[in-house]
Amino acid sequence: MSDQTHARIEHDLAPGEEEQHSVGERVIGYVVGLVLALLLTATSFFIAGTDLVWQPSIPVALIVLAIAQMGVHLVFFLHITTGPDNTNNVLALAFGLLIVFLVVGGTVWIMGHLNQNMPPMDQFIQMHS
Amino acid sequence: MPAGRTVEAMMLGKLDWSAIPFDQPIPLIAGAMVLVGILAVLTWVVVKDHLPYLWHEWITSVDHKRIGVMYILLASVMLLRGGSDAIMMRIQQAVAYQSQGYLPPEHYNQIFSAHGTIMIFFVAMPFVIGLMNLVVPLQLGVRDVAFPTLNSVGFWLTSTGALLVNVSLVVGEFARTGWLAFPPLSGLTYSPGVGVDYYAWSLQISGVGTLVAGINLVTTVLKLRTKGMNYLRMPMFCWTTLASNLLIVAAFPILTATLAMLLLDRYLGFHFFTNEAGGNVMMFMNLIWAWGHPEVYILVLPAFGIYSEVVSTFSGKPLFGYRSMVLATMAICVISFMVWLHHFFTMGAGPDVNAIFGIASMIIAVPTGVKIYNWLFTMYGGRIRFATPMLWSVGFMVTFIIGGLTGVLVAVPPADFMLHNSMFLVAHFHNVIIGGVLFGAFAGFEYWFPKAFGFRLDERWGKVAFWFTFIGFYVTFMPLYVVGMLGMTRRLQHYDVAAWRPWMMVAAIGMLLLSIGVLAQVMQLVVSIRNREALRDRTGDPWDGRSLEWATSSPPPVFNFAFSPDVRGEDAYWAMKWRAKVQQLEDHPGPEYQDIEMPRNSPTGFVCAFFATVMGFALIWHIWWMVILGGLGAFATFVVFAWRDHDEYVIPAAEVERIDRINIEERRSLVSMAGAA
Repeated sequence: MSDQTHARIEHDLAPGEEEQHSVGERVIGYVVGLVLALLLTATSFFIAGTDLVWQPSIPVALIVLAIAQMGVHLVFFLHITTGPDNTNNVLALAFGLLIVFLVVGGTVWIMGHLNQNMPPMDQFIQMHS
Repeated sequence: MPAGRTVEAMMLGKLDWSAIPFDQPIPLIAGAMVLVGILAVLTWVVVKDHLPYLWHEWITSVDHKRIGVMYILLASVMLLRGGSDAIMMRIQQAVAYQSQGYLPPEHYNQIFSAHGTIMIFFVAMPFVIGLMNLVVPLQLGVRDVAFPTLNSVGFWLTSTGALLVNVSLVVGEFARTGWLAFPPLSGLTYSPGVGVDYYAWSLQISGVGTLVAGINLVTTVLKLRTKGMNYLRMPMFCWTTLASNLLIVAAFPILTATLAMLLLDRYLGFHFFTNEAGGNVMMFMNLIWAWGHPEVYILVLPAFGIYSEVVSTFSGKPLFGYRSMVLATMAICVISFMVWLHHFFTMGAGPDVNAIFGIASMIIAVPTGVKIYNWLFTMYGGRIRFATPMLWSVGFMVTFIIGGLTGVLVAVPPADFMLHNSMFLVAHFHNVIIGGVLFGAFAGFEYWFPKAFGFRLDERWGKVAFWFTFIGFYVTFMPLYVVGMLGMTRRLQHYDVAAWRPWMMVAAIGMLLLSIGVLAQVMQLVVSIRNREALRDRTGDPWDGRSLEWATSSPPPVFNFAFSPDVRGEDAYWAMKWRAKVQQLEDHPGPEYQDIEMPRNSPTGFVCAFFATVMGFALIWHIWWMVILGGLGAFATFVVFAWRDHDEYVIPAAEVERIDRINIEERRSLVSMAGAA
């Protein structure tokens, strides 16, 4: 019997644990992440204020850019990868996404129906007169 | 004069002498009695010179076992407080027929709000978190949780919340809004006093503590398991702990965000949940229940785990359908996030939304049913010992099935339109919370007490407590189903319907039985402590247990295990015992003892909670300089902790050997006795 307090059952890293990369590689990773994040942010501000794209599509574009932004953060700053050393992190992320999807999706659905069924009194009178 | 008043307002905010309810004898006398009690205990501690012991061994302890015990102690004390509220409500409803009873409405409203808040946040939560803290690292065969100091911070922040709720008894008032403080009633217009602020800030602070505990326990289960402890070899309690704490991590931020928005409405004139200026009160219902329903499962899943352990141990059989149990647990974990609308079927979402959520609510009963059958099949053909933990478990099965069936009933939207907000609902959720969570907490308490303290609890008083609580529960809550059917709504301060009266009298008698049950439990503790030598558990395995917590001594040494256990299957300790018996081998054939590093004690949690209490109290009373002081203090504590130099100390191998030898000797006598029998 060995005397290990934290016997590693599978090779798995916690967030913040780094092993194989040299300092240079890590700095390059962060710089690439920073540039991408800045680029996405700048694009969001740019798109919001121009008429280069079809106006009604702007909110959708912003949502897409925001999701891309999250992706950049996850990959370059939180170091989520698809490797076997990341199983727990990926599972946690998937669980988080599932819950966010359930809660946000459910809320939008519920509140939409509530708003439709129970408008304020003045609107209600308008609808039925 | 105005200048004097401004200075006073700056120094004391909204606080002045009118905050003390001199005109209300009940809270004043109760508060005075508690104060005298606390002072007496403090004096005793100081005079008898127990303060250094308390400080070094408990208050600054980062040992998961100690923290678990303190959580359970907090829950037990708060159970007495929440129970007193329950007694007062039952008496009020028994006497307030065509009269005002003895509690004025504004006081009665505070009592039912405080009862719900305390019972959920400061009894049920700390009780299950305490048991998880105490047991899970032992069951996983490891030496501590993932973040020991954070664990201590979590506990002390929970205590801060409990303290603030109790301060509201004497200084100011508590919320009169019900335990979830729905706006617009909880908005500034209808609740201008400090009651809702007490409610919201104590939950914000204790919510941080709960989240911290959740993160800690998830990480512990995922990352710290002993050699060979695969996911599918973990005891059931570890699985339910994982599921429950995943729910904590996912759901508690919703509560924090919702209460933060309510507080912004109240403090800074925002309009999240107001009727005017684009606010939407329904969003509060939606968000609070998106937390509130998973919360139900956060509480009951660990209880399910306790029953699994107890039923399997006292039937002398492995848990029936272990894998289906794991699957059912994880299914509940996910589906619990898909049913929250059933708390507000009646509020106008319409038939299609209601139908989907109604069906989801019925579906969640399926994995729960799977669990019930698994426990029954575990008992089937087993050699059952009806010790106190087993009695609570069997009592749970009977009671929880009734509560579950009424739950499926109110999951049907048309039926819910009849029963919403009625006493039927009150009866239903007490049926599942008492019959599910509280019975589970008591079963776990009786089951693991010998592990925590090294002596068993008195069985006779335990059985008295069980039977009084069990029968008392039925006598109290079955009448509430009936009056619910007769149209009685919840939270009535008085009523004029003659048909309800006899049932309320019966419920009051039931409350008396329940109180005797609680007293018997206190008696059990007193008698057991007095007879502790006779009840001593020398082997560390008083129940013939199956999982690793019974593989070490009772109470376990601070490092839990001298050697990390080597797990080769389910029911790890059971297998070890059989190997030892069959091969006639000693438990440890003699590897070298090694030094063990353990985390150092830290006052971080206590100091942090002290500043959080100061800050919470100041926020409630709008004393801004004190808010800043408390905030800075808490931050400084964090900085000091972050800059610590060494946070571990070494237990030398010789000391580990000395402690372990004692346990081995005791165990050897157990094995030889079993061999002779």
